[in-house]
Amino acid sequence: MVSTTQAPATPVAPPRRRAPAVPQAKGPGRARPNLLGGLGGWIWLAIIVLPIYYVVITSLKDQAGFFTTNPMAPPAEPTLANYQLVLENNFALYFANSLIVTVGSVVPTLLVSFMAAYAIVRGRGRFLSFTNKLFLLGLAIPLHATIIPIYWMITRAHLYDTLLALILPSIAFAIPISVLILSNFLRDVPNELFESMRLDGCSDWTMMWRLALPLVRPAVVTVGIYNALHVWNGFLFPLILTQSPSTRVLPLSLWTFQGEFTANIPAVLASVVLATLPLLVIYVVARRQLLSGLTAGFSK
Amino acid sequence: MALTSTASRRARAAGPSGWLAAPALVFFVVFAIIPLLGVLALSFTRWDGLSEITLDGVASWARVLTDELTLNALVVTAKIMIFSFIVQAPISLLLGVFTAGGQKYRAALAVLYFVPLLLSSAAVAIAYKALLDPNFGVGPGFGVPALAQDWLGNSDLVLFVVVFVIAWQFVPFHTLIYQGGVRQIPASFYEAAQIDGAGRVKQFLHITLPQLKYTIITSSTLMVVGSLAYFDLVFVLTAGGPGYSTRLLPLHMYLTGFKANDMGAASALGVILVVIGLVLALLLQRLGGRNASASQLEGA
Repeated sequence: MVSTTQAPATPVAPPRRRAPAVPQAKGPGRARPNLLGGLGGWIWLAIIVLPIYYVVITSLKDQAGFFTTNPMAPPAEPTLANYQLVLENNFALYFANSLIVTVGSVVPTLLVSFMAAYAIVRGRGRFLSFTNKLFLLGLAIPLHATIIPIYWMITRAHLYDTLLALILPSIAFAIPISVLILSNFLRDVPNELFESMRLDGCSDWTMMWRLALPLVRPAVVTVGIYNALHVWNGFLFPLILTQSPSTRVLPLSLWTFQGEFTANIPAVLASVVLATLPLLVIYVVARRQLLSGLTAGFSK
Repeated sequence: MALTSTASRRARAAGPSGWLAAPALVFFVVFAIIPLLGVLALSFTRWDGLSEITLDGVASWARVLTDELTLNALVVTAKIMIFSFIVQAPISLLLGVFTAGGQKYRAALAVLYFVPLLLSSAAVAIAYKALLDPNFGVGPGFGVPALAQDWLGNSDLVLFVVVFVIAWQFVPFHTLIYQGGVRQIPASFYEAAQIDGAGRVKQFLHITLPQLKYTIITSSTLMVVGSLAYFDLVFVLTAGGPGYSTRLLPLHMYLTGFKANDMGAASALGVILVVIGLVLALLLQRLGGRNASASQLEGA
């Protein structure tokens, strides 16, 4: 037994790499192709792609073409006029507003959540455990049920129809999940690292920034992506807390654009494509980070 | 050993100041906890959203609880919750297993499967509004009369259309969660099963499903509790119509408060929403907890 396994181990290694005798079984269904699964996969692909295809080809049609050609046929003469119309209708402003609100809420969220997660994981005491429990409670509550008091507070603070009105509640609503994910990652940092830094005379404040932050940086990025997507695509706060075109963000602009150009479906769909384009670019460039950000904290 | 443990105890005892958690706590209390209490307080007032708020006893509650529309909203919410779960859960699970397979074409399909995740609910709703059009949508494009229905104008069909669109938007997210779950199952489990001669179906039932227990609980919880938040999609797609056939509870709350200017009644609906969300979350958590202890027993 020992001789048969040990003897060929070293000399056989290089040829084995070229021609593996047994195909490596990775996950289910490696032996023979899964025809039924494959069929289902292609059907689902059709379900996903068909609407996207329709939106893209329709956005390239002129209005006459939209009313006369087969809806599923690509345009005979593709036009970018619809995109021009959307761009001329303050698209850049709405884009900038979305960007300001997203960056303006994600950066403070990450900052305060990281500090809170660090305190919750490294510190002790009743205050911190109470804080942690409160955040966990926040995860279970459908927070958008609170829009009416938020509307009242924002109007009383004279913040109605400002971008700050969108930023402040967005930060608050993002904190529970951010603290949860970041503290899960901070718990994995070995205590010995903190000890050795403490022996070097470092304060907790220094350790937080010099040791903890670099070690959980991937988690911070993940949480940032997760929150950014939610704020970027958010609709409810802009709907109830802003009003004028100067404070309009992209998702809301799609809705108002649809109201203004009811008859011009190709232009409406061009606005949908344009609003999605930035995220599509990020998806193409950094698919892995984006997807891991989306399931942050859920896929463990 | 003893030295390090005392050192670590000292290190933990010192710990960072609880003040680090204060900024996050302040944000969360001001814009989430106070509004949460505020929604309860406002449910005992009369307010049109503009003028002064006056105390009004239980009048709002009396209005809400005797209004047929409240029951209608609860029924619609329950229906969409149940149907969405029935549709989404099996598809997401199977697609998660499918995309976790090592085949190249599956990885390529998965890239397209996740594109809906990039779109805002407003964008999805607007795209579907156009492509479900009985004259210029996808249906007439195929030339099949049965597909050229007034999908969004038919109160018998619209609920299922909404469920379909919700599935289109959210199945990719749950697929992603399941894909992550399947990838954590050790390949050796499947190798052992193959040696034992277990077929694909047996492997799925006896390895994949039991191993995904926690993923199933997480995904199901997010699906059920998340269905209380299908506000923006339905708002843009149908605005609750035709009639009241897709008027979900959150949508009913919004329309009562911001369109019918009855903030008192809307707050009462908000309280109902919070209570339902909390009860569902606790219920599912208990379900998960029982499963957790059961699986620990199995392991022992």
